[in-house]
Amino acid sequence: MGFTILAEVARNADADVLVAQNVAFGIIAAIMIFSAIRVVTTSNVVHAAAFLVMVLAGAAAQFILLGAEFVAVTQVMVYIGAIVVLFLFGIMLTRAPMQGTEKFTRDNWKVGALTSVVMLAVLVFTLVDGFGEDKLPADLMPTDTRVLSDAIFSTYLVPFEVISVLLLSALIGAIVIARKD
Amino acid sequence: MLLNQFLILAAILFCTGVYGVISRRNGVLVLMSIELILNSVNINLVAFSAMNDSISGQVFALFVIAVAAAEVGVGLAIVLAIFRNYRTVDIDEVDLMKG
Repeated sequence: MGFTILAEVARNADADVLVAQNVAFGIIAAIMIFSAIRVVTTSNVVHAAAFLVMVLAGAAAQFILLGAEFVAVTQVMVYIGAIVVLFLFGIMLTRAPMQGTEKFTRDNWKVGALTSVVMLAVLVFTLVDGFGEDKLPADLMPTDTRVLSDAIFSTYLVPFEVISVLLLSALIGAIVIARKD
Repeated sequence: MLLNQFLILAAILFCTGVYGVISRRNGVLVLMSIELILNSVNINLVAFSAMNDSISGQVFALFVIAVAAAEVGVGLAIVLAIFRNYRTVDIDEVDLMKG
């Protein structure tokens, strides 16, 4: 008797957690979609960078929701900490002399909107058809960072080394391309 | 949580990024749209990693983040080179190869 009540309480608590997760997902997803649309429609480049920060932070929050804490922290450090700063430097260095009067959107933006809406329809149809009501595991635990680093330095050691060489060559290439001769 | 809610969110971000790549004229804004696309792929990878209880998706998400960093570095260097030669970052003006 007491055991059934306890089990019932535990099931209710699980349901509460699930509802809370779904509410959190909905709020973060709404913010992300709004910010993403502002990134591609705003007419101020600096505002676009700020909205990009919102999207990237929202993605980090979704990673936390999925239990991928190391990826979330890396997302915040690399994307928000480094890439957005790089974008702001790019905006500052390429500020055209006739600021304010330039158009940022091409005249054929309607074709682009049609393309992306059609692609979204195809993607959503395929996803709903393919995965339907597939549920994520209810007892989603945060991934142990130790396991993740073990995987990187054993199973994925060769891709890891390749990506180091790629970063080095990108660094050298960026210097060579951007240098004044 | 359904798997599909993450996948559809990623699809929406992906299509927004594609729209930005097609319709934006400023080179820096095009690069920002590419970041949106790469980020949506990361959400997919992590969602499948949680779904299949496998670590590989997260490892690949980390690799995608590293590649995105390299891509932004080279891309902004190219935009700077274009700006130095043309005094504009309007990619409609860059039609030397008549593409």
